[in-house]
Amino acid sequence: MSKLLEVKDLAVSFNTYNGEVQAVRGVSFDLNKGETLAIVGESGSGKSVTTSALMGLLPKPQGVIKSGEILFEGEDLVKKSNKEMQKIRGKDMSMVFQDPMSSLNPTMKVGNQIMEGLIKHQNMNRSDARKKAIELLDQVGIPNPEIRINQYPHQFSGGMRQRVVIAIALACNPKVLIADEPTTALDVTIQAQILELMKNIQKETDSAIIFITHDLGVVANVADRVAVMYAGKVVEYGTVDDIFYNPKHPYTWGLLGSMPTLDNADEELYAIPGSPPDMLNPPKGDAFAPRNKFALEIDAVMEPPMFKVTDTHYAATWLLHEDAPKIEPPESVKKRMQGFANSGGDQ
Amino acid sequence: MDRKDNNIPKELLVLMKQKEDTSEKISAPSRTFMQDARRTFFKNKLAVASMIVLVIIILMSFTGPGMNEHGIDDQDLSVAKMPARVPVLEDISWLGFSGVLSDTFKGDTADHATQNAFSRYKSDEEFIDIKVLDEGDGTKNSAEVKATYHIYEAKDMEDTYFWLGTDTLGRDQWTRLWEGTTVSLLIAFVAAIISLLIGVAYGGIAGYYGGKVDDVLMRILEVLVGIPNLVIILLMMLVLDPGITSIVVALTITGWTGMARIVRGEIMKQKNQEYVLAARTLGQTNRNVIMRHLLPNISGIIIINTMFNIPDAIFFEAFLSFIGLGITPPEASLGTLINTGFDNIMLYQYMLVFPAILISVIMIAFNLIGDGLRDAFDPKMHK
Amino acid sequence: MVRYILRRVMYMLVTLFIIATLSFFLMKMLPGSPLNAEDKLSEQQQAIVLEKYGLNDPVPVQYVKYIGGLLQGDLGISFAFSNTPVTDILMDRIGPSAQLGAQALVVGTILGVLLGLIAAISHNGFLDYTSTVIAVLGTSIPNFVFAGLLQFVFAAQLEWFPVALWGDFKHTILPTIALMIFPMATAARFVRTEMVEVLGSNFITTARAKGVSEPGIVFKHGLRNALIPLVTVIGPMAVSLMTGSMVIEQIFAIPGIGEQFVNSVMVNDYPTIMGTTLLFAALFITIILIIDLLYGLIDPRIRISGGDS
Repeated sequence: MSKLLEVKDLAVSFNTYNGEVQAVRGVSFDLNKGETLAIVGESGSGKSVTTSALMGLLPKPQGVIKSGEILFEGEDLVKKSNKEMQKIRGKDMSMVFQDPMSSLNPTMKVGNQIMEGLIKHQNMNRSDARKKAIELLDQVGIPNPEIRINQYPHQFSGGMRQRVVIAIALACNPKVLIADEPTTALDVTIQAQILELMKNIQKETDSAIIFITHDLGVVANVADRVAVMYAGKVVEYGTVDDIFYNPKHPYTWGLLGSMPTLDNADEELYAIPGSPPDMLNPPKGDAFAPRNKFALEIDAVMEPPMFKVTDTHYAATWLLHEDAPKIEPPESVKKRMQGFANSGGDQ
Repeated sequence: MDRKDNNIPKELLVLMKQKEDTSEKISAPSRTFMQDARRTFFKNKLAVASMIVLVIIILMSFTGPGMNEHGIDDQDLSVAKMPARVPVLEDISWLGFSGVLSDTFKGDTADHATQNAFSRYKSDEEFIDIKVLDEGDGTKNSAEVKATYHIYEAKDMEDTYFWLGTDTLGRDQWTRLWEGTTVSLLIAFVAAIISLLIGVAYGGIAGYYGGKVDDVLMRILEVLVGIPNLVIILLMMLVLDPGITSIVVALTITGWTGMARIVRGEIMKQKNQEYVLAARTLGQTNRNVIMRHLLPNISGIIIINTMFNIPDAIFFEAFLSFIGLGITPPEASLGTLINTGFDNIMLYQYMLVFPAILISVIMIAFNLIGDGLRDAFDPKMHK
Repeated sequence: MVRYILRRVMYMLVTLFIIATLSFFLMKMLPGSPLNAEDKLSEQQQAIVLEKYGLNDPVPVQYVKYIGGLLQGDLGISFAFSNTPVTDILMDRIGPSAQLGAQALVVGTILGVLLGLIAAISHNGFLDYTSTVIAVLGTSIPNFVFAGLLQFVFAAQLEWFPVALWGDFKHTILPTIALMIFPMATAARFVRTEMVEVLGSNFITTARAKGVSEPGIVFKHGLRNALIPLVTVIGPMAVSLMTGSMVIEQIFAIPGIGEQFVNSVMVNDYPTIMGTTLLFAALFITIILIIDLLYGLIDPRIRISGGDS
């Protein structure tokens, strides 16, 4: 498979009133054509900042890319000017946001909001753009698109609005679609519909999707590969199978263990104690160590490198060093992994 | 990286001893909302500076009139229109406190222009310095001279100082300025406080009881709000005898409606919050719920609104006095002083300059304090 | 929508009626009549004058006649200018006032919006502080102080503009500037606050993600949303224009409605005062009505809720 997008050692900082917040500290991953990569992590782990950096949408002047490359079809997006990025945004890469209630312009008809990108990027005239917009609304499952196109966002429900946002993002057949927690703000039934829609769209258009979420249930449902982020770094990276059946990083264990499922309704959930570190002063060594039951003494001194588990699977924990004590995941997490393995076959 | 790396000290590859988890410890001291608001306000340098300026102005308005020997209504036509003269500062000419009148005069020749200057300053030739700016060529108004009239010497009053000059009736401007400030501030504060009391009571009752009470009170309010406040104020001022009380009455008749609407809206919003429900469930009386739970929570918006009402009232007082409907001389207010100043703007600018500067400073200070308070009571601004 | 407008117009007429009634009875409470002390008139002559003004009738009859006259656009006869109907006086003088008001409102609002826009774009930059200072000064310093300053500096000292009176366009410049300071500063403050908020909102990010250019973001997506709430401050602006017209026309000796009002106050010319008051009230109420209708027109969220549903 060809690599569409390659992120190498990306570091992003925010210059705030109180000092430099190191939101992303050396993130690397790649994305192939037509695949779905899920980026998972707690709030504040840097997943949204990473995607904002990909799109060139970091808030200015506070947000700065300190180092790293974002290679899109071989070209480094970090070096591109805002003008050049405007030509890429919406055309090659587009984005779906978390809160459909606020991500549409309240004073513009939804049709115009969809047509805007078409007119800009594909030089369509208004009537062609309009036809295409109706087609798009139909494609994302909005009934009566000919009428709906002339309505304003407040006339749509939350789920319908998210469909409109997806239609806007899809307008120019982007090669990469970034979805930043697109289902978090929606009701559970609507969530399923939107996920289904995105999966279908991917089948039809062969876009690559970067799916940001903190919901592992969603990840299992949509992703091909998973990057687990913690404190601005990717701590584990692998295929869905790697992450769900054979997780190596204690943080991933924590994430899996804290996920409620039907089979473990009578068990206690495994909660990760404490809160994420303050990125204004990131701790020395492994940022996760203070919350980690399985931390080693070396975690306080040195950051663990990315250890290779298999060709597709990497994790940043000293536990993978060959001289480290052999630690097994906690029983509850193991049972969970077992559960995934059993049910995984059905999907 | 490969799983084997010999540079790693092996003795460190052992489980860490579990320490007490400190990640959940709250390091910052907890502060109440009011403490946060105060902190944010005092961080705002402009607002604090404005507050200091205002305090000084208020102190001056009480002590200022007594600082020299001139009274508020000491009319003496022989010392009318004396320019500002302050000891020490009189030696710095560009400050305008030298006690001289000066102007440029035009004429066909320098002599002619000089004559014009003399006739303007009542021919006290020995006290007039003439500086020729342009000799002229005999054509109309081609020559120009600058004349400086030492009026204090001319009147043999070298030892007298009118710090801000005198008005057309020879009254001391300094004294009148601070007396006027007292009157203007008094009107503004009283009007704002009465508006506050009526508005909070009216809006509070409408908002708290809701239903029919609210309906009736709001219909009445709507009619009142429909009538432009300017029109009501003007009509009231025509009917009432001019004076401080009348202005206060006119300003409060219209002033409370804005407060009432805001308080009603805020109470409506707050009373459906869980904490009010909790207080009620615990058997608090209506009075207690309003006084101890609702009012403290809407105090911010009340204070902000009042702070913006004060400069409004100062403006309206000045406006009314300016168009001849407010305070009338010999009583002084900033408005009447400015009005007198305008009558003499072309010849005696100092009469306008001082009250105009003072009213502007007061208005700016109140607005900046209002802005500061608005930020202080906005939780988003608390850092 | 039509029903809504009709209802609003009804409200407006009722309000005007209340104001007319109120001002009529208030004026009746005041001393003063068209009979000047200097004119030594015989009793007969006095009776004729009183008859002319309808002052011999009992008050209720006078009231009915006054309201009847109002319906036909008759505001009564001035005390000060004998035989001149108030309507004629006002018609004579509305030109300068309307011109100044319109110029100040249009220029002031446009400049204010620009100023606020520049401030918002250079958020916390030098231009932001500059425009904030202008806005604070403009909303704080009374317009008559500005008028005095302008008149003294630019007319008396520099002689760039005429000091006073009404004539060609040059005469309107200084009064317009003095009058427009408040609308300008208000608009600038308001647009800045709104624009900063709008530019930080999610739909702007959506637009950026679509590849919309910066001017497109600011003007197409940002400005419209920031301008809608501006409509709500047009009320205070209108009041400032009316108070402004009274003092500024007085300062620049412009023969407008405001100057007429102040002069009528000086000589207790009640019919003219009442006429002017009613005119101001009608103007103000009409402006508020237009604003409300406009608001529904430019904000789609209101259009629906207030409309056909």
